[in-house]
Amino acid sequence: MKVIEIKNLHKIYDESTVPVHAVNGIDLSYEEGEFAAIVGPSGSGKTTMLNMLGGLDSPTKGEITINNIKISDMKPSQLIDFRLNNIGFVFQAYNLIPVLTAKENVEFIMQLQKWPKEERAKRALELMKAVGLEGRENSRPGKLSGGQQQRVAVARALASKPKFILADEPTANLDSKSTETLLDIMEKLNKEENITFIFSTHDARVVKKARRVITVEDGKVISDENK
Amino acid sequence: MIWSISWKNIWRNKLRSLIVVIAITLGLLAGVFSSALMNGIIERRIRAAIENEVSHIQIHNKNFMENIEIGYNINNANEILDKLASFPEVKHVSKRMKITAMANTPSQGTGVNLIGVYPEKEKQVSSLYKYINDSSGTYFDAKKKNSIVVSQKFADKLNLNLRSKVVLTFVGTDGTLTGAAFKVVGIFKTSNSAFDEMNAFVRFDDLARLTNFDTSSAHEIAILLNDKNQTNEVAAKIASAFPQQSTMTWLELQPDLGMIAEFLNLWLYVFVIIILLALGFGIVNTMLMAVLERVKELGMLMAVGMNKKRVFSMIMLETIFLTLTGGALGMLVGAVVVYVTGETGIDFSAYAEGFSAIGYESIVYPTIGIDYYLGVTSLVIITGVFASIYPARKALKLNPSEAIRTEM
Ligand SMILES: Nc1ncnc2c1ncn2[C@@H]1O[C@H](COP(=O)(O)OP(=O)(O)OP(=O)(O)O)[C@@H](O)[C@H]1O
Ligand SMILES: [Mg+2]
Repeated sequence: MKVIEIKNLHKIYDESTVPVHAVNGIDLSYEEGEFAAIVGPSGSGKTTMLNMLGGLDSPTKGEITINNIKISDMKPSQLIDFRLNNIGFVFQAYNLIPVLTAKENVEFIMQLQKWPKEERAKRALELMKAVGLEGRENSRPGKLSGGQQQRVAVARALASKPKFILADEPTANLDSKSTETLLDIMEKLNKEENITFIFSTHDARVVKKARRVITVEDGKVISDENK
Repeated sequence: MIWSISWKNIWRNKLRSLIVVIAITLGLLAGVFSSALMNGIIERRIRAAIENEVSHIQIHNKNFMENIEIGYNINNANEILDKLASFPEVKHVSKRMKITAMANTPSQGTGVNLIGVYPEKEKQVSSLYKYINDSSGTYFDAKKKNSIVVSQKFADKLNLNLRSKVVLTFVGTDGTLTGAAFKVVGIFKTSNSAFDEMNAFVRFDDLARLTNFDTSSAHEIAILLNDKNQTNEVAAKIASAFPQQSTMTWLELQPDLGMIAEFLNLWLYVFVIIILLALGFGIVNTMLMAVLERVKELGMLMAVGMNKKRVFSMIMLETIFLTLTGGALGMLVGAVVVYVTGETGIDFSAYAEGFSAIGYESIVYPTIGIDYYLGVTSLVIITGVFASIYPARKALKLNPSEAIRTEM
């Protein structure tokens, strides 16, 4: 089943002054359960594309359909609710609310979705366990390592039961050991729970784990390999 | 959840928030304390005026207030006194004669308001007798004829001492000049030197005898109530009971005091509003910093699904909590300081001469009503709300994709 369908996607920044064609005509689709990487040199348009997929940015031209819902012409306020209920996000950094504990961070999303208190707490504990952070529930982000923080971010992204998780360079700030742990957890969730992951990366070891690798350059897809 | 996040967010930068809280605390302390100080001065003045000078309500002949003439009297004064005694709100009453006189000693002369009183009754209505100290005689304790109680100011002017004689000349009921020598039996000094200078007291009977005045009549009936707050309603009752006479409240008798009290009430709020306005800018500035240094985090929150309303509320609550923390602390410290100084009093006697020249006491007891605290609390809340709007809007304007990209 298709989760995402992109047709003739374009993004032009600073159209009025010096236009930058960050995404220049991309056609793509993702199936449920994919574990897909986007690679490409710096400035090739990976972040721009992911932001549009996630409804954080609107395309200059083209269409994005998620689960048969066209998001490319939604209003920003509709997009916020759509993101909350359909998409999980993991960013490179600043993923967590520093004043909340790890568990509260995971619960936060469910709270925005108005889950009942007990269910929320139960699921947060399960997710903390799933990302291998049992026992660290009450630590604040500042007391966790970079890798642990990214794992909490994955748990948080999963909490809302999204259609897929978008991760823009989730390992960029991590050492190789933490990178490996995070990737293993993501891979396990993908295999066992059929969670769809779409991530961008510069890291060859991350690329190696991906089952599909899409390479972009100058805002265009230049190769799309399934392993 | 948002409430608790907001509260915790305040303390992320402890020093910065603490500085704001202390600024608000000090600002409000200054506002509340100086308001209480000013209010204390005015309240004391009003109390002194009521206790020593005008009582709560006075009754006169309708012509008397325009023209102090011996003939403008209340001829059924004793009847009125009897009826007033049956008013439950009335605590004490005293009737007086009031005429203008010339006072002369061998060396000096001056005009004076001569007030004829029944000392025992008068002491129940007016506290003036308390302003005669042990070395300056008594308030008509000795039953001697033609005694006079004068102020220190008056005594100084006419070179009088205790037991000195002063000759008083005035017009009798028949229109002819009359008079007698009076012996000084008491010298008082209140905090209002203008009042002191103008008034001297003699026995009602002495004055009535010398002027041929009907002793069942009077020029003035002074009424003290159990509760000052009932003044207006009781005055209305009295006025309708005795429509031929003029009934006036202390506020009508001393309109300047009422005006000062009213003006002060307004001014106290203006004062606090100015302080809060200044503090408000500081709060806006602080919250703006708090928003700007959290651009990435706010972007992330919007990205993962925190809607505008929630982001706005979060920043708004942070601002209001910050303001209220300082506000509550300021009000608390202010209330304690006002309470303590209100008990001990603050001595301004170094400047007392200036104070008493305009009728004010030299020891000030700061005091302020609960309604003022409530009013200021509302103003603090309003300040918090207003100060939160700009930073919260700033947060709303963030675009999540750009906010996350921001280099910090
Ligand atoms: N807000 C913006 N305004 C103008 N140009 C932008 C903006 N965001 C990105 N760009 C430009 O768009 C192009 C694509 O940027 P993008 O961040 O998508 O690349 P990327 O592949 O994610 O790069 P990196 O690997 O460095 O993260 C770049 O040339 C970039 O300078
Ligand atoms: Mg990028």
